[in-house]
Amino acid sequence: MKSETAAFLKKNKKRLLEAWVQNQMSDSTLRDDLISNEELSKQSDDLLDALLVALGSGKLNVDSDKFQPVSDILSELSVTRARQGFSPRETSMFVMSLKKAFYAMLEDQYKNDPATLYQETVELNNLLDSMSIVTMETFIQGREEVILRQTDEISEISTPVIRVWEGILALPIIGTLDSARTQVVMENLLQQIVETGSRIAILDISGVPTVDSLVAQHLIKTVSATRLMGAECIISGIRAEIAQTIVHLGIDLSGINTKASLASALKLAYSMLGIEVRRAERKTIF
Amino acid sequence: MDKIPILKMGEFLLVTIQVDLYDRLALALENDLINMVSKTEARGVLIDISAVSIVDSFMGRILGNIASMSKIMDAETVVVGMQPAVAITLVELGLTLTGVHTALDVEKGMELLRNKIGYLPKEEEDLYDDII
Repeated sequence: MKSETAAFLKKNKKRLLEAWVQNQMSDSTLRDDLISNEELSKQSDDLLDALLVALGSGKLNVDSDKFQPVSDILSELSVTRARQGFSPRETSMFVMSLKKAFYAMLEDQYKNDPATLYQETVELNNLLDSMSIVTMETFIQGREEVILRQTDEISEISTPVIRVWEGILALPIIGTLDSARTQVVMENLLQQIVETGSRIAILDISGVPTVDSLVAQHLIKTVSATRLMGAECIISGIRAEIAQTIVHLGIDLSGINTKASLASALKLAYSMLGIEVRRAERKTIF
Repeated sequence: MDKIPILKMGEFLLVTIQVDLYDRLALALENDLINMVSKTEARGVLIDISAVSIVDSFMGRILGNIASMSKIMDAETVVVGMQPAVAITLVELGLTLTGVHTALDVEKGMELLRNKIGYLPKEEEDLYDDII
């Protein structure tokens, strides 16, 4: 890019910024619910400052050192927007709307010199295209980070082993059971059985939306492994629909203790351990 | 060749496996154990495998065999102290060791054996008295 073009743009920064912000405001994809006008102007101002400084260096290449500050600002912006819930279209609009503002300025300046106008436009066009690629890339990266974090969180919170009584463990399963998850559930449960020396484990599946033959297979495996360790396993929380599917699929759960609710499973566990729960003789507060 | 000691505790036989079982050793154990059951007329066999960290289908089968053979000779088999990894491996191999009783540790295994058979002779005696 010619140095006089860069100088001219720098001189007219205020007009350029106004035009750009105006473009963004008038666009139908503007999310004024997610970002305030002041903040938008501030972000645009920061980016334009960095961009105009970089333009002065002559070579227009986003990957060069001179454009590093521009890339940094863009990346940070896209990642924040991804987290705030902007759509890809809304995010890319931010850079795209700058194009229009630039073209208007250049057209104004090189009215009588079509050759230069063409050349400068092409160069600027290429630069802005690369900038929007950077935006998109980091936007998607930001989204992926969010997804990864959520996946980790889900797998962490979804397999707690609760000690309900001395010698009784409960494991509420929430969400779909797949092979990977069964593995984690099984390992957690067996480890806890060893650590606490519990004789009975209650597997509560009221939070499992559907039970197909694969899930049933996983459950049977868990029960068998628990038995091999020398503990007994009770499956509770079997809803009417689940009972129907299990029978329709022809899955045999006859060798396994099954109960409709956690309460009845606990009752069974108590009787297996020879524990008796009685109402107290004295007056209670309820 | 290594030998796994078989200890006699009253009516029960106690086997503690402290080394990793290789095939020959497992076969020798099966042989010794069954001979011991027949010699001592033991009523129960307790196998502690808490120190075993690696298991294969052969070893699983040997355990199953010991249980079935003891059963024929009127002795119950209890396997105690199985490690979680071992249990998962056996299940993945499709060996659920039906016919083998399991317990968490030696203490609970002994209790289980006693419950299963320990008081039987006394009851038989009572029965005998009743008949007379």
